[in-house]
Amino acid sequence: MNVIKTEALSKEYKTHFWSKRATVLNNLNLEVEEGEIFGFLGPNGAGKTTTIKILLNIIYPTSGKAWLFEKDVKEAEIKKEVGFMPENPYFYEYLTAEEFLDFYGRLFGFSKKERQKKIEELLELVELKDVRDLPLRKFSRGMLQRIGIAQALMNNPKLVILDEPLSGLDPLGRKDIKDLILKLKKEGKTIFFSSHILPDAEMLCDRVGIIVKGKLLSVGRLDELLSAKVKSIELTVAGLKEEEIEKISPFASLLVKSGEKTLFNFDNEEKLQNAIQVVKSTEAQIISLAQQKESLEDYFSRRIKEEENVQN
Amino acid sequence: MFRIKAIALNTFKEAVRDRVLYGLLIFGLLLIVGSKILTPLTLGEQSKIIRDIGLAGISIFGFLVIVVVGTTLVYKELDKRTIYTIISKPIHRWEFIAGKYLGLLLTLLVIVLIMTLFFYGVVFWVDRAPELTLLEAILLIYFELMVMTAVALLFSAMSSPALSAILTFVIYFVGHLSADLKVFAEKIPSELIKILCYLFYYILPNLENFNIKSKIVHQIPVSFEYILSAIAYGIIYAVAVLLLTSIIFQKKSFK
Repeated sequence: MNVIKTEALSKEYKTHFWSKRATVLNNLNLEVEEGEIFGFLGPNGAGKTTTIKILLNIIYPTSGKAWLFEKDVKEAEIKKEVGFMPENPYFYEYLTAEEFLDFYGRLFGFSKKERQKKIEELLELVELKDVRDLPLRKFSRGMLQRIGIAQALMNNPKLVILDEPLSGLDPLGRKDIKDLILKLKKEGKTIFFSSHILPDAEMLCDRVGIIVKGKLLSVGRLDELLSAKVKSIELTVAGLKEEEIEKISPFASLLVKSGEKTLFNFDNEEKLQNAIQVVKSTEAQIISLAQQKESLEDYFSRRIKEEENVQN
Repeated sequence: MFRIKAIALNTFKEAVRDRVLYGLLIFGLLLIVGSKILTPLTLGEQSKIIRDIGLAGISIFGFLVIVVVGTTLVYKELDKRTIYTIISKPIHRWEFIAGKYLGLLLTLLVIVLIMTLFFYGVVFWVDRAPELTLLEAILLIYFELMVMTAVALLFSAMSSPALSAILTFVIYFVGHLSADLKVFAEKIPSELIKILCYLFYYILPNLENFNIKSKIVHQIPVSFEYILSAIAYGIIYAVAVLLLTSIIFQKKSFK
């Protein structure tokens, strides 16, 4: 079953009634399967948030259609199965963490007992139990992000939509959120999140969709998208003498010395083999050998460049 | 229904945790209590003066609460984008509007009740004879506030708080002059202005319908039928404005 589906979705905005219409979303076709983590990636202003808002019926598309759980997004009832955390969440700052979650519990019509149980579980999950009586205006960015996720999970949704869940957080905060996302996947939930932080997305996603200037450039599994071609090979050797390093350096494209160890980078297998021959003739030890493949970031810049070339 | 209740309670919480509200309430109470200070100047008219000032105080400060709190209600949710998390729950947009409206009405109810208590206290202090008919005037003040709350909410869903406040003020003033508009329309020779005046007369709320303050103060009896019809008018007008607000809100794309 497709948890999310869009067909020829387009959105045009007019900032003022005299200005020209700007296309924010252009003919977007997207399908997200049950149980996967789908990363919706693109630079700022690419149309990620616009897509998410259309899926949640916060804004209406200019043309095209969107479905959640194979039902039109206009039906309010489907949102019983959806949880959403917006970008830069600003919540009701006059509420305490507990009151805040209680409010969303009420929106779902949960009884007082159910709400109390849920709130306990959620505060535990996002580790905010100690600050349950603190008003949200005193929360840090990371805490707001976490209470935002708690709010999205109130109804134990099958689909969780997170808009830029990783931006604006310190590395520790990002790790917390990433762990949480993986935990949700284990519970069988489908996760759709937008991000412009590629290395994080690379670690998390089953599939990604890359959107630039309102157009979907590519969709697929990461191992399919990223070129399998080896970009370079990294070799670390310990105990090399100065003259031995000089013998190897003509083959290497990069050389970094740090204490005992020396790190070389080679463009291809042949150059590497030459270097290994040299190392074998010495008493030095090979510590590690690693192939460097294309990262999502490399892929991203490659695709954007390709797209620009097509346009020119 | 539970969704409307949730939004209403949250709106009420937001309003009562806003310091501006307490500022207004304190000013309103000072006016009511302060009317006692003026009484030595009034030569035997004192019981009328405190009743006049007290009822006017309840009406004006109730209205100021609407202007200050009511006109920002929906705008704040849009501006701070809290609306996104609400719309992403299984809720209809009209339920959101209804919840906001009832939350503000609840806030006004509490404020009017507190001011009424103080008002009765002052009346009792001055002449030991507070009459129950004063409550009739206050009841209709509340229904006038109910109409104005709906109007403020309509503007709040369409424009910025500053513009909403100005428009709400304009409607409040013109609404009190609406009978004059009709008289004017009957006398003016220009057809165009005549039509415009009639249009405004029928579209804008006739707020003088709710004004029985001077009758009550001068102890002229007001019929039960009159009060009932004013209440019915208030409810119908408020519901119509809320429907319009919901339709506008339904079509709105939130940026």
